[in-house]
Amino acid sequence: MSREIALRDALNEAMTEEMRRDELVFLMGEEVAEYNGAYKVSKGMLDEFGAKRVIDTPIAELGFAGIGVGAAMNGLRPIVEFMTWNFAILAFDQIVNNAAKTLSQSAGNFKCPIVFRGPSGAAGQLAQQHSQTFESWMANVPGLKVISCIDPADAKGLLKSAIRDDDPICMMESEMLYGYKGLVPEGEYLTPIGVAAVRREGTDVTIVSFNKMMLTALEAADELAKEGISAEVIDLRTIRPLDHETLVKSVKKTNRLVVVDESWPFAGVSAEIAYEIQKYAFDYLDAPVTRVNAADTSLPYAPTLVEAYMPNPAKVIKAVKEVMYLNA
Amino acid sequence: MDTVVEQKKKTTRSRKSSKPTYSKEMYLNWYEMMFRIRKFEERALLMYGQQKVRGFCHVYIGQEAVAAGIEAAITPEDAIVTAYRQHGTAIGRGLSTNACMAELFGKVTGAVKGKGGSMHFFSADHRYFGGNGIVGAQIPIGTGIGFAEKYKGTDKLCVTMFGDGAARQGALYESFNMAMNWKLPVLYICENNGYAMGTSVERTSNVTDLYKVGHAFDMPSEAIDGMSPESVYEGVKKAVEHIRSGKGPYFLEIRTYRYKGHSVSDPARYRTKEEVQEYKDRDPVKMTESKILKDKIATAEEIAAIKDMIKKEIDAAVKFAEESPYPDPADLFEDNYTQADYPFIVD
Repeated sequence: MSREIALRDALNEAMTEEMRRDELVFLMGEEVAEYNGAYKVSKGMLDEFGAKRVIDTPIAELGFAGIGVGAAMNGLRPIVEFMTWNFAILAFDQIVNNAAKTLSQSAGNFKCPIVFRGPSGAAGQLAQQHSQTFESWMANVPGLKVISCIDPADAKGLLKSAIRDDDPICMMESEMLYGYKGLVPEGEYLTPIGVAAVRREGTDVTIVSFNKMMLTALEAADELAKEGISAEVIDLRTIRPLDHETLVKSVKKTNRLVVVDESWPFAGVSAEIAYEIQKYAFDYLDAPVTRVNAADTSLPYAPTLVEAYMPNPAKVIKAVKEVMYLNA
Repeated sequence: MDTVVEQKKKTTRSRKSSKPTYSKEMYLNWYEMMFRIRKFEERALLMYGQQKVRGFCHVYIGQEAVAAGIEAAITPEDAIVTAYRQHGTAIGRGLSTNACMAELFGKVTGAVKGKGGSMHFFSADHRYFGGNGIVGAQIPIGTGIGFAEKYKGTDKLCVTMFGDGAARQGALYESFNMAMNWKLPVLYICENNGYAMGTSVERTSNVTDLYKVGHAFDMPSEAIDGMSPESVYEGVKKAVEHIRSGKGPYFLEIRTYRYKGHSVSDPARYRTKEEVQEYKDRDPVKMTESKILKDKIATAEEIAAIKDMIKKEIDAAVKFAEESPYPDPADLFEDNYTQADYPFIVD
């Protein structure tokens, strides 16, 4: 049995179920407890688990991320919420220099089972500092795993897997899609980390994306279908490790690939995918891999500039027609 | 909050000669630990000169009393985390000189299998959380280690050590605030050796009594002399009692000195010979030896036996390191993930 619930509630269920299951799991971050979460992801959790396990922090990302790392090294399983990943930049030292490297530099003496989670990506007219996309930054770092998913059912299953995982994990959500609803199964289930999902089967072109750009990709696929173009749409769900097998399999069928990625283009997720595909499916490609990224600029405030910056279905459709040599 | 003990900037040089306050065992343990660290470090420098040890290498010579005093005042179940000048702290914790020397050599028999080198020894068995290379980053980590002890309801604490340079990192202020707010069992220790690399405390800090930083958080804070194990032991013991009683963290500024430069590549031209000599006159190894002999705590023969044992131990550690193999290249992929079948990119 499934019921339709919002992404925020699916994430809430994931944390709540795991905290009931394991006393060592706790949640800390800004506004997670008494305010019920800046985006209400942790609503009701303080009431159920108390202030020992649902902890409001001061605005001190570096400090509380580091406290999480130390707690994880000493046997706990912290969930550290960042109000957005933009603020997590202050904590990158702890994520990159410590969480990611604990196992290696201690040669296995200490592990760091921690989940850093929060929204990534632009969320309307929030201007330069509140609109960045962090999957490619974090995925560059060996030692970390990076999940980015807005499908409520999968996001729940992935977050539960992340909390149980003994490696440090960065989970990227979406401010704009916390209210996005989907069918979520009742009862206990886990979604595996590192496995992409084919959301829509097709034969003419593969469109791969993740996080809220999945909705852009699916909308483009709907439009393309009206023109008789059959697009296969793949949701990466996990950025690191990247499930290139699912991509290669799809490209061997469709012979064309468009990557839709809100990251900046330089050395972004799309660049890595393009490399993987030319390496492992070169002989199957009928056109160069094409990508639709955010613009190679900071994101300004004005609506016209946001529109120009962001990927959208029209840009995806244009890219698909390019790889199909259908543009006039 | 406890009364903060104000101390003169320069701790007094003359120590009263009196009957020993502590047992013979305590003094001999201190002496042995400090002598072991001293000889280990001297040999590490020699091996660096012979290019057996590479990378960065920061030695603890001059600061030995800090490790000795702390260890006497805490238990093996308490945790320690520190910065990159850490050979002495690790040896104080009980890591073997074999494992430490082999680590400097980058050998697979090293404390962390040749993966960490001079800055990164770790040992879960010794509750030693490293050897951290980013200045001040271990301060929140130590706070989190203490957080976990409180969460689990133990009476253990985490000794969180850092240098005077780290005392001006934002991570310290964030950690002090949360540790006091949540009354975490953390003993913060600033080993103030006067210099952040080549820059003196006076040149980077408007307030040079670093322990006063704790006052902004109402954290009990004081400065103690770091050139004698007795002084360090007494200061740490008092702090530990406070923390174990559930009152939250404590901050000690331990005033010490490094005789060598910041790292092996630093000739330390930013300070005078007279200043270095002033501290060498109060050398913790020599002062402890002379106290032991003067107060007849132990005989010259007993001291000679310790020296002989340590020298043999360090010789053996070098031999062990020399003869141990380097890690296999395939070990590169070990311990990056706990997941056994993690799909690394291997183009």
